Amino acid sequence: MAFKKNTPLVLSGLEPLVITPESNFVNVGERTNVTGSKKFLRLIKEENFEEALSVAREQVENGAQIIDVNMDEGLIDGKAAMVLFLNLIASEPDISRVPIMIDSSKWEIIEAGLKCVQGKGVVNSISLKSGEEEFVYQATQIKRYGAAVIVMAFDEDGQADNYDRRIEICERAYRILVDQVKFAPQDIIFDPNIFPVATGMDEHRNNAVDFFNATKWIKENLPGAKISGGVSNVSFSFRGNNAVREAMHSAFLYHAIKNGMDMGIVNPAMLEVYDEIPKDLLEHVEDVLLNRRDDATERLLDFAQTVTGSAKQRVVDDSWREEKVEDRLSHALVKGITEHIDDDTEEARKNFDQPLEVIEGPLMNGMNTVGDLFGSGKMFLPQVVKSARVMKKAVSYLLPYLEAAKQAGARSQSKILLATVKGDVHDIGKNIVGVVLACNNYKIVDLGVMVPADKILQAAKEQDVDIIGLSGLITPSLDEMVYVAKEMEREGFKIPLLIGGATTSRIHTAVKVDPEYSGPVLHVHDASRSVPVAGELLKNDTFFTSIKEEYKTLRENYLAKREVKALPPIEKAIANKQVVDWSNQERLTPNFIGTKVFENYPLKEIRSFIDWSPFFNTWMLKGKYPKILKDEVVGEEATKLFEEANTLLDDIISENSLTAKAVIGIYPAESKNEMIDVFGDEAKQNKQATLHFLRQQNKKGEGRFNNSLADYVAPTSAQNGGFIGGFAVTTGLGIEKLIEKFEKDHDDYHIIMVKALADRLAEAFAELMHTKVRKELWGYAPEEKLDNDSLINESYQGIRPAPGYPACPDHTEKRTLFDLLEVEKNTGIELTESFAMYPAASVSGFYFAHPDARYFGVGKIGKDQVEAYAKRKGINLEEAEKWLKPNLNY
Amino acid sequence: MDIREILKERILVLDGAMGTMIQRFKLTEEDFRGKRFKNHWKPLQGNNDLLALTRPDVLRSIHAEYFEAGADIAETNTFSGTSIAQADYDLQEAVYDINYLSAKLAKEVADEFTAKEPHKPRFVAGSMGPTNRTASLSPDVNRPGFRAITFDELKDAYKEQARGLIEGGADLLLVETVFDTLNAKAALFGIQEVFDELNKEIPIMVSGTITDASGRTLSGQTTEAFLTSVSHMPLLSIGLNCALGAKEMRQYLQILDKKAPFMVSAHPNAGLPNEFGEYDETPELMGSQIEDFLNDGILNIVGGCCGTTPDHIRVIADLAAQHSPRMN
Repeated sequence: MAFKKNTPLVLSGLEPLVITPESNFVNVGERTNVTGSKKFLRLIKEENFEEALSVAREQVENGAQIIDVNMDEGLIDGKAAMVLFLNLIASEPDISRVPIMIDSSKWEIIEAGLKCVQGKGVVNSISLKSGEEEFVYQATQIKRYGAAVIVMAFDEDGQADNYDRRIEICERAYRILVDQVKFAPQDIIFDPNIFPVATGMDEHRNNAVDFFNATKWIKENLPGAKISGGVSNVSFSFRGNNAVREAMHSAFLYHAIKNGMDMGIVNPAMLEVYDEIPKDLLEHVEDVLLNRRDDATERLLDFAQTVTGSAKQRVVDDSWREEKVEDRLSHALVKGITEHIDDDTEEARKNFDQPLEVIEGPLMNGMNTVGDLFGSGKMFLPQVVKSARVMKKAVSYLLPYLEAAKQAGARSQSKILLATVKGDVHDIGKNIVGVVLACNNYKIVDLGVMVPADKILQAAKEQDVDIIGLSGLITPSLDEMVYVAKEMEREGFKIPLLIGGATTSRIHTAVKVDPEYSGPVLHVHDASRSVPVAGELLKNDTFFTSIKEEYKTLRENYLAKREVKALPPIEKAIANKQVVDWSNQERLTPNFIGTKVFENYPLKEIRSFIDWSPFFNTWMLKGKYPKILKDEVVGEEATKLFEEANTLLDDIISENSLTAKAVIGIYPAESKNEMIDVFGDEAKQNKQATLHFLRQQNKKGEGRFNNSLADYVAPTSAQNGGFIGGFAVTTGLGIEKLIEKFEKDHDDYHIIMVKALADRLAEAFAELMHTKVRKELWGYAPEEKLDNDSLINESYQGIRPAPGYPACPDHTEKRTLFDLLEVEKNTGIELTESFAMYPAASVSGFYFAHPDARYFGVGKIGKDQVEAYAKRKGINLEEAEKWLKPNLNY
Repeated sequence: MDIREILKERILVLDGAMGTMIQRFKLTEEDFRGKRFKNHWKPLQGNNDLLALTRPDVLRSIHAEYFEAGADIAETNTFSGTSIAQADYDLQEAVYDINYLSAKLAKEVADEFTAKEPHKPRFVAGSMGPTNRTASLSPDVNRPGFRAITFDELKDAYKEQARGLIEGGADLLLVETVFDTLNAKAALFGIQEVFDELNKEIPIMVSGTITDASGRTLSGQTTEAFLTSVSHMPLLSIGLNCALGAKEMRQYLQILDKKAPFMVSAHPNAGLPNEFGEYDETPELMGSQIEDFLNDGILNIVGGCCGTTPDHIRVIADLAAQHSPRMN
């Protein structure tokens, strides 16, 4: 087969690596080489293959596109070690996705390695050292195994150490490979020997130059052939002075790549950015590399004394200027005043040729001010949302002029797609992020809630967005986000992925999401971070690398620390359950048994139960109600927000625009270890449901119990306390219509306000019903007299834990609860496939009445418990593990 | 006539499922045993490859049905014809005969059809299945470094199979249903050694299996990585078969179409298995999906895998005749 020009060298692990003449330098990871890494040698000697694998993994995560594996050491069985290590790598998809370079000076080790890799790897290396016959045989075999080959510039007479010998040997090897062995030319890689310079010996002075020239000659005369080499050799004389070595490596690579070097073994930590090498150092280094002066070596040695260490700093600069109309517009934006915005905008419009310039000029400057103030904590979210309203109003004023101008070459805005992931309905946070970003001139594509991955990716493609942002509140959403990241990777996305929402975290993003996607992945802690993050990601390439790096470190630290603490067997945990005293608990016998539905519960009554602190939290104002209203920093803003919230609440109540519904149930029940059987009748003949709970399994100190919610219901043997309750309440019915009104006015401020209030009302309703249950319906605490603060502090008897929360983390139990109470029929609340409730302003849970009942977190549980749980629940293990993922201790 | 020349002119049609057709004969243990294995110590019912020795008439009639339906290429009934797969029946000794006789009887049927229709020569592809072992995966999750089979064992087994197929008269070799590329590389290595020993080469087809929606082989490779890993041999064709129906296979075939320096083949299943594990895509439905590929011009060879019947192949052959092959 004749060599077609530009046929790429294609290698593969689980994924292909295509090396074309246009490709950037291919970085070969060199840490999994016993001859180059003392640490790796030690690990192999100690047969600590697990950690040896993590060395390989780190390489790949660090950006190595190929990993070199070398086991040539006298004290280890190189062949066995190569086979075992390559087999182990094959079981690690995050390593084996890249091609393997099988590195050995022994043919038997190379061949053993070739029999272990399913992809197309590279043999490193063969040469004419022992003559043509052996060379031909080895090359023929390598071809049959389907690998590329590195050929050392080495022949029967020794290693090529000048230009002429290099090209002579390489040409001879090339002709044999191409003409005789029929080796594909693009699969031939020459290593023309990188030797040290500045050794003080005259014959070494031209070493780098000879390499550059030989590289150039090979690339021009041996079509298809590639060039590789081990770069660190060149700076051998400067061991101990990393600043000089880093500069030498990067200057060497700069020239070698210019001359055609394609790939090489480089330690990325030992590499300076060429442009950042100080000019004087660079000059001295290049004098040596390019052999430009007779005294180059002495001069560099002298100069090297003065060079130590290196530091990199980043400076953020930002500036904006103001003029007269701008001042006014800026003021309106910062203060959120819409009254004069049309007039001011009109005035500004007249000052410019094009209406677009008003947006790009004064308005954007004003929004930048808002963004800066917000970013520095000098403005608060509710204000920013109002600023957005002003901005929208100004833009809509300009719209007819913009249309008329049909502005050509309009600056394209960056687009950001936002979605609450499949199975989740919570979107207040996402909406806030959308507003904040929109304020900063990003175009927002909001796909809403419960958006499946394929829809997100499809929309991202169709709309050509620049960033994807995912939001979610319930724990199953975390997995869904990981899935979206995987899909983005599979479909070859490169754009940044932002992760946000209450249960998300930097550590989860670093450990679970980031490794799935090779593009930028970033956790955004709150809305205020979204603007600088989006800006950095889109403007600054190095930000991406530094974030990847940061997450990698986070992940490694986490994994390193996370030595799995073995849990005691579940039997032990059960043996240490709390012995609840059921004697003298006659009052736990309820006043009524069965289900009660509350239609159209008066919102006015619910209102008095509102816990306001979380409301301010939603708006990112930190502090406790009512103290927050007097807070030095946010007090003024909080008061204003509080007043506006109450005005809106007045309207909602007077217009009945939200409907509150609830269902509660109280049933005879009995517990068996972690199960509770629920009955429809006091004789316990008619079983309605079985609830499945989990038990804390960690080792407990003296006098501490391994709790399970099931312990708070009496077993059969007990006289009293054989009862359990359940509830589901919502105050979100009708919210769509309410929001629709504000959507027409582009009034994000009120949309978020409505949702936040509905959430508060739902929580308040749950509190109210619980009080009613304690005092009347169940009636175990008829004399209870508590004010709102005591309610908030939960200083009453009994608890109301919700499925999906720490005491009973399995969301799927919500289904059982819903069936028991016939929630859908009785209240209109529905469950998504991830068991989120819709409308989002809903709360559900169980009632436990015993005075010992406490909230707790189940925490980590062992496989034995999960297996038993799956078995008694009648689901398979994978299903159980899926829903209990955050709790698994394995 | 050289198949490479014909492939430049038109799309060739591979036959459909063998197992599905054999089931229709409702063969008994005695059928499988025949005379030769009358006293074999293990039950043999279900060892389809053995029928070349014990019920060659069944295989002949199936090949004839497919040729009748319009297939250009028949696959030998040797999917499990390696010593590794036959070890399940303790019939390693029969492996050469299985391959030799399977190729021979298929070739005889092909020649009959070629004689009848000289303008449409029929070919025989020696089917080489993946075996039931994987060279790059450990069957034991606790020992990821362990392998139940080595490259050399696979290579030797495939060599034996390839030799039987070539000497029995196969026109092509089809290394198919590749779920672990290292197995396929061992097969290709073995085939090359047989070529050297016989001083004869015949064209090789390779067909991989994308196992699910992840778009990867069982051993984890992407379609392009799979292609790259077997491209060191001058293959006649590279393609995909099994696991997926035509519809699901399409996106991966597009990758092969774009990247492969060889002809491109596809023999999908008759859809995805229904809840009873049966393939029930009708010839018409499968045909309409295959027509999509053909309209795109991404195929040179097309046929059917699990669940396909002569009726499916008839529809496919009609469609193939109406479309131009992929231009390499």
